[in-house]
Amino acid sequence: MSTVEIKNPPPIVTVPTRGDVDDEQHVGNTALRLHGFNAWYGTYQALHDVNLKIPEKQVTSLIGPSGCGKSTLLRWMNRMNDIVPGARAEGQLDLLDLDVLSKMTDVVALRRRIGIVFQKPNPFPKSIYENVAFGPRLHFKIRSSDLDQLVEWSLRKAALWDEVKNRLHDSALSLSGGQQQRLCIARAIAVGPDVLLMDEPCSALDPGSTARIEDLIFELKEQYTIVIVTHNMQQAARCSNRTAFFFEGHLVEEGSTKQVFTTPREKQTEDYVTGKFG
Amino acid sequence: MSSLLSTPNSGMHPIGEISRRTKVRDRRWVDAAFRWFCVATALLSVLILVVLLVSILIQGYARLSWHFLQHYPEPEPRWAGIGPALWGTVWVCCVCGLFALPIGVATAIFLEEFPPQRWWTRKLHNFIQLNISNLAGVPSVVYGILGLTLFVSLAHLAGTPNQPAWEIGVRYYDQFWSLGDRAILVPITDPNAPPTLAQAGMQAQDYDGHPVAVTIVPSRREAADSPEMLQYTLIEGRVAGRITKSSWYHLRLPLGRSVLAAALTLMLVILPIVIIASQEALRGVPSSLREAGLGVGATPWQVVRHVTLPAAIPGIMTGSILAMSRAIGEAAPILIMAGAVFISTSPSSLVDEVTVMPLQIYDWASRPQAEFHELAATGILVLLAVLLLFNSLAVYIRQRTQKPLT
Repeated sequence: MSTVEIKNPPPIVTVPTRGDVDDEQHVGNTALRLHGFNAWYGTYQALHDVNLKIPEKQVTSLIGPSGCGKSTLLRWMNRMNDIVPGARAEGQLDLLDLDVLSKMTDVVALRRRIGIVFQKPNPFPKSIYENVAFGPRLHFKIRSSDLDQLVEWSLRKAALWDEVKNRLHDSALSLSGGQQQRLCIARAIAVGPDVLLMDEPCSALDPGSTARIEDLIFELKEQYTIVIVTHNMQQAARCSNRTAFFFEGHLVEEGSTKQVFTTPREKQTEDYVTGKFG
Repeated sequence: MSSLLSTPNSGMHPIGEISRRTKVRDRRWVDAAFRWFCVATALLSVLILVVLLVSILIQGYARLSWHFLQHYPEPEPRWAGIGPALWGTVWVCCVCGLFALPIGVATAIFLEEFPPQRWWTRKLHNFIQLNISNLAGVPSVVYGILGLTLFVSLAHLAGTPNQPAWEIGVRYYDQFWSLGDRAILVPITDPNAPPTLAQAGMQAQDYDGHPVAVTIVPSRREAADSPEMLQYTLIEGRVAGRITKSSWYHLRLPLGRSVLAAALTLMLVILPIVIIASQEALRGVPSSLREAGLGVGATPWQVVRHVTLPAAIPGIMTGSILAMSRAIGEAAPILIMAGAVFISTSPSSLVDEVTVMPLQIYDWASRPQAEFHELAATGILVLLAVLLLFNSLAVYIRQRTQKPLT
């Protein structure tokens, strides 16, 4: 790896990158491919001509100032924006071989393959068990013993099992904010998705819970392709392999996290990651 | 004031000058006065209610008895009761709820959970929403006229209330009285046919439906003398009376002045209330829950069934309680469509004639004698009791289903 001397190294660089992939070459297969992607809310164009490849089984973070379109992009990846009145998108957005934006696409099946975790923890007002079992029950004809196993597997995967195994039938709302968010992750992975979308998953949590979720993200990428929208640049640096920087609806720069944070190609990226604006 | 303005540039806040004219005492006084005003207005409304209840209780308590609850409204006040009207109210309100709640909740779900995608669905949404808001303000008498036209006589399109165009669950008979004072029935297929004349070879049966052989004689003198024979002996050419035997599933169109027509009319009255309350309840469910459901791949129906509706049930129940209370107390639309007729039996099918408690109370209260006014007061007590019973049942269900949402 070539070392580039930078003047005034941004403070962010002092945070060690957790990403084990620090080279440009090792990108792997592409899970999601965007080509000439545009999105509108009514007449307001939120995204302009985005071309982006999101590699399989890696963490890709989308960063940028508020209103830059990163959440919009995330919500189009599993068509959550379908329910937003006036929202529409054009261009190519493919999940492996599936045309996500096509009218023929079964949105329900798509959302099983692309799970989503929201900014604010939003467990159903049901028991912990029922929250995790909700998705599998919708999609599969499943025996109750198998369902028990699946719930345990999901909760273990979400690093929540040890905390809740003795009170699976308590209300999910009795959990703390961080536990609730991990429950939402368990709920999302219980249906067996390929991709996990995370829309600022830690912004409503305290630092301790945030650290646990970040550890979790790091472990989950062994199995899932993860796309995370974040305002927290340390978070992007800590737990993502690749980073895409958006500004005013345009994809400004995309690359390995280390490259984007240490040797950004664009001036705007550098200004943003060094905290000059945003 | 001059003291304040004289030193505008001194750099000191002129608090020393201002603080002499403090508002603390005024403020406290106004605060206390406002609080007492609120207490007084709250007490006033309670006081009016208490006075009303006490006066009705004093007037009506003496006549409250099992006899009053069961008996029909005889013209003699001592023996009069509210039985048919009580059961009429229970029938009408239950049937009304069975229609109004599913239709109302379904409409609210359509309006709230399925946002319009195309221009024409958006127009349809707006049109329905506007109409519901307007219908909520329509006086209930108007619904009575609508019910009279639409349900009682089916807009005169087919049949009349007395000669239904379509009917099931009822059989018509022509009834003769034999010389031995026994009812002899002849089944009739066409209810509009002229009455049967007694003649030889009739398909006769007794009241329980067993076929009987009937002797037809030209005159009384030619009949046999034995009492057993006389029981099944008719005089030739006698005219029968038309009677009906209806089962519990008796239905007909048009509905006539029946339980079903009254319930559907009340449904029109309360539907806007149910819809608007249910919409409010559904709107109160955080959209994050809907997104959570959709996010794990639930269809819109599954989101409604498993997420939104369970969360909105308490609010929907509250609105339904209010709506049903209105339906129980509503007299005007039923007066228009059923009239204050004398009805001595409780309904036994959906198309039986019906009266309800507010109508019975109205009937008694409008008579000149003081005894009937007392009966009206007793009727009001029963009406309030039924109202409280319905409401506490609904509140109980609401408490059982209520859960925190976030």
